[in-house]
Amino acid sequence: MVNVMDLPEEEFIYPGTRACAGCGMALIYRIALKALGAKTITTVPASCLTVLHGMQGFCSTKISVYHTPFATTGASASGILASLEDKGLADEITVLAFAGDGGTTDIGIQALSGAAERGTNFIYACYDNEAYMNTGVQRSGSTPLGVRTTTTPEGKKVRKKNMPKILEAHGIPYIATANAAYPLDLFEKFKRVKNIKGTKYFHILSPCPPGWGYEPKNTMIIGRLANETGFWPLYEVINGKFELSKPSKRYLESSKRKPIIDYLSAQKRFKSIDDTTTKIYEENIKNVWKEIKSRLENH
Amino acid sequence: MNVSEQEKTEIKENIIMLTGNHAAAHAIRQARVGVVSAYPITPQSPVVEKIAEFISEGKLKARFVKVESEHSAMAVLCAASATGSRVATATSAHGLELMYEMLPWASGNRLPIVLNLATRSLGAPWSVWTDHQDFITIRDVGWIQFMCENNQEVYDTNLQAFKIAEDPRLFLPVVCGYDGYITSHTAQPVKLENQEKIDNFIPPLNHHINLSDISQVKGIDPVTTPHIVKRVEGTAPGYYEYRYALQRSLENSINIIKEVHDEFAKRFGRSYGNGVLKTIKTDDANIIIFAMGSVASQSRVAINKLRSEGLKIGLIILKLFRPFPAEELRQFFKDIENIIVFDKDIGYGYEGVLSYELKAALYGLKNRPNIKGFIVGLGGRDVKTEHIITGVHNALNEFKQGIFTNKTEFLGLRLDELSDYDESTYFKSG
Repeated sequence: MVNVMDLPEEEFIYPGTRACAGCGMALIYRIALKALGAKTITTVPASCLTVLHGMQGFCSTKISVYHTPFATTGASASGILASLEDKGLADEITVLAFAGDGGTTDIGIQALSGAAERGTNFIYACYDNEAYMNTGVQRSGSTPLGVRTTTTPEGKKVRKKNMPKILEAHGIPYIATANAAYPLDLFEKFKRVKNIKGTKYFHILSPCPPGWGYEPKNTMIIGRLANETGFWPLYEVINGKFELSKPSKRYLESSKRKPIIDYLSAQKRFKSIDDTTTKIYEENIKNVWKEIKSRLENH
Repeated sequence: MNVSEQEKTEIKENIIMLTGNHAAAHAIRQARVGVVSAYPITPQSPVVEKIAEFISEGKLKARFVKVESEHSAMAVLCAASATGSRVATATSAHGLELMYEMLPWASGNRLPIVLNLATRSLGAPWSVWTDHQDFITIRDVGWIQFMCENNQEVYDTNLQAFKIAEDPRLFLPVVCGYDGYITSHTAQPVKLENQEKIDNFIPPLNHHINLSDISQVKGIDPVTTPHIVKRVEGTAPGYYEYRYALQRSLENSINIIKEVHDEFAKRFGRSYGNGVLKTIKTDDANIIIFAMGSVASQSRVAINKLRSEGLKIGLIILKLFRPFPAEELRQFFKDIENIIVFDKDIGYGYEGVLSYELKAALYGLKNRPNIKGFIVGLGGRDVKTEHIITGVHNALNEFKQGIFTNKTEFLGLRLDELSDYDESTYFKSG
């Protein structure tokens, strides 16, 4: 495992972007670019990253960015890559698609599925803040059960989509979950995929102070609680082989996990959750870890 | 011009029977396109099937991104073009409509994309047959739009399209339209030009964005505000200025389109009017038919018949639909008394699009002509010479009586065979 001293000093995002204080996404993007380096082109759909990347005529990063309409992240990455192949530059330059959960699990799922099916050689990172935050906190297919958003004022009635599993069904060489609160794990994973050919998919939990209803200073605490309660296990599926990532390993043992209520009660978005829903969460977490255990045993 | 025996054989050898779709595919191959992306749709599919064949046979070194939708096809091409490659695609009807979001993205970002459109009707109800409805629905997205009449013109217009699109004074996307089936699936002799001559005509693309050059950091298409932004790093235009530039560029493109057409004519010996519109028997005419695509071809036959009746009638064929060549049309129509327009499309709720566009263009004339528009051939209904002739007769009759109306008149409608249907209840016609 890398330690903090291994992180490159060079920053690829200029200071003073338009991201909110305590933004999980900004942290993820910062670490991802440190791992991928200067020879990277990012494609970004309508999202909070559009905001971070700044306004007309200027670019807030040291790498080039191509802004693309909401539904087209996977397609635009395919286009950039096809052109790089046409020019014989595909081995030199990394194509990174970086989209939110709405842009990935909802409006962009078709283009992403197409790109994955074609075996497009690129990295797709979904930063999951579990709702349409950039447009004012509307529910997405990735919003968890019971969460209050501006379009689910009484709490979301259905659970979130399991996007990494959908990508697994595409048979791509690399899938990983990650978490903004575990930057070293994130760095290591982005570093690892640089040399894997084919479609690489990241699903990264991205705590969001205004959307989730907590103090910006608590992003790391909230993010860590997601792991510590077993709600967001960190893992990789490399060529079909499932591996639990180091920060999540100890939570294989259910006794090590913190109660889910610690995570839920720390955020205003869960405030209308009742005991029944909390029980469903507990049950879901149990099942998720049961599956993880069986996958580990099968290998 | 003296043509040597060897050249004669060469010319003969290069003339082959091709459908309109395959003529487009050959032009794309010979333009040395770097990235193609497409999704199958009738009647366009043979274009991209042929391109796939060229690539698999090694006749074209291009990347073909076989996407899961037309929306993605255009998104791929926008990104590939911005990365610096020459790009092309083809589509029809619903495919074009699915692409719609990406079309103003391409023009707003000034991406020189070439799109072939084998025209087809829009559902509902489902129709796989042809009219110009798809072509006219994209008139406000900022693309240059050509409509071709035959297969040689499809090939030649494509070659010109790449040169126009990539002209450093413009950088604009271009659509080459041609009638589904009538042109797309009908084989005609097409002369394929020598590769070296084409290479000289279309120089390698020198893209104004070129993301592949990572030595320069670029932020392409970020959020752009209503105002000018001033910072220590420099000043950036607002959305309004970007869109002003697009409109100016389109307005000024007419001269460049003519220039490219003239250069093509000089190099290859074929011309299409002035590159913007074509005139047939207009010299002595006081009556003019105005049409495009297959409707214009049918009108060529009709004017010969009408001339034998003693009418001094000619034909103006619109080749360039966007930017609309209003200035040119005013010149050609300034002394014409009577104009009859045939549209294979409708600006629904108003009238045929060519009809109202022409009326607007000629508004400034001192002696305003009589103009009457007809709708023909929607959904692939045959457009017959007799329809055109009937239209001309009816229009001249109305002009004589001083009747002016915007109300659409459909030629070739068969309500007479639907006598069991009550028009107002069955068609809910108000």
